[in-house]
Amino acid sequence: MKALETIGESFEKDVIEKNFSRREALTKGLGFGLKAALVAIPFGIFDAFNNKAVAGPSNSDIASVLNFALTLEFLESNFYSTGLSTNGLIPASDKTVMSQISKHETAHVALLQQTITTLGGTPVKMPTFDFTAGGTFSDVFSNYQTFLALSNAFEDTGVRAYKGAAPSLLGAGAVLTAALDIHSVEARHASEVRRLRKLKGWISNAEANGLPAAIYAGEDNVTQLNLSVTGITTVPAVSVTEAFDEPLTMTAVMAIAGPFIKK
Amino acid sequence: MPVRRKAFLKYTAMSGAVVALGLESCHKSNSGGGTSGTTDVGGGDTGILNFAYALEQLEAAFYTQVNASFYTNASPAEKAVLQDIMNHEIAHRDFFKAALGSKAIPALKPDFSSIDFTSRTSVLATAKAFEDLGVSAYNGAGQYITSSEYLTIAGKIVSVEARHAAAIRDLINPGSGDFAGDDVVSPTTGLDFSRTPNSTTGGASIVATANIYLVTRISATQLP
Repeated sequence: MKALETIGESFEKDVIEKNFSRREALTKGLGFGLKAALVAIPFGIFDAFNNKAVAGPSNSDIASVLNFALTLEFLESNFYSTGLSTNGLIPASDKTVMSQISKHETAHVALLQQTITTLGGTPVKMPTFDFTAGGTFSDVFSNYQTFLALSNAFEDTGVRAYKGAAPSLLGAGAVLTAALDIHSVEARHASEVRRLRKLKGWISNAEANGLPAAIYAGEDNVTQLNLSVTGITTVPAVSVTEAFDEPLTMTAVMAIAGPFIKK
Repeated sequence: MPVRRKAFLKYTAMSGAVVALGLESCHKSNSGGGTSGTTDVGGGDTGILNFAYALEQLEAAFYTQVNASFYTNASPAEKAVLQDIMNHEIAHRDFFKAALGSKAIPALKPDFSSIDFTSRTSVLATAKAFEDLGVSAYNGAGQYITSSEYLTIAGKIVSVEARHAAAIRDLINPGSGDFAGDDVVSPTTGLDFSRTPNSTTGGASIVATANIYLVTRISATQLP
């Protein structure tokens, strides 16, 4: 889990936002830079409503978020390249699909590394992975169904991770757009892989289909912007849960990804 | 709705200028009850939400018609996918209508005369176009949203649209790379297509494309 320490900075903001109100954070003597960033938020919104540019996050804040994303993309790209280079694992019928996904994950790694460097940050190094998660998925590269299940897990988690990170890129312009453009690609992948597993492409309730429940925790939410959506539409409640994908915090995502990261 | 009102009041308290902006985006429709008027979605976050509401109205109407009478030889699996998607789009439409409350644009009247609903090819090609359009629209509008809550809502919906796009593309060409094909996802950057409402990069704008299927036309004069 050593690699995670290098993205510790990204967690700091997340943890603070979870545990303190903004006012509390300001009075608890946190670092000046963070104080300034938190204070800037209401003014950002104020300015935006006067049609001025939104005050965005600092370059180092953006780089921290992107390093979190880069860690996940390393995990995915490594997973698919290992799978594709393992003889007899992926059936011929699914090779094109897996190659297409692999191509995107590799491209995401390169794009994120480049963007982080451009922002003046330092891209995290590729961690060492253990896709068996300490033996839990011991046949990941010999049993295609296990490989598919983990692919499903990584893609659905990736969607939730980018969705959860998006608000911290509010005001970051093109970087936010790039993150959203990756987010929807992960969702396309997730849909396809789920369908290869004979599942629906979308998430019903919080159904985990044999995967760790944490990956789907909260996906059964039907309240959006404080509106109970089941109360204002005629479609079944399960359709409402399918119609809205839910975000995860960085902390929750890293708890899911952690067992696959050795160091 | 309560949340919108609360948020609106919060911003109103911060700046008088907001009032004008908010009201302007409320009633910009000049359709006047006619059949060929244009409804402007307005500006700011409300404009973006109304733009999304317009697209969701279009999608919901399309899939409702698809489900009312399936194309020839639709398989049970295909019917199940198309019924699920219909329900999702209806949920999106109803959600935006309720969330926007008095600021919502009116119900739009679709024009699907160019679609052959008896033909699998025509229906799935239109579904693919609508889903890809939706993904690119949400992706492109995201950076112009100023509210964190609304950005999250857009994110919650766009990934479902992307799931739809992949499933429809999979129905059209199973086993291929089309679910995230090189025509929508750049093979070099791995980025999905994103466009602002009026951008003509890569062909007709999203607004213009939507208007092909609308009797009540929309415009987005206050959005990029």
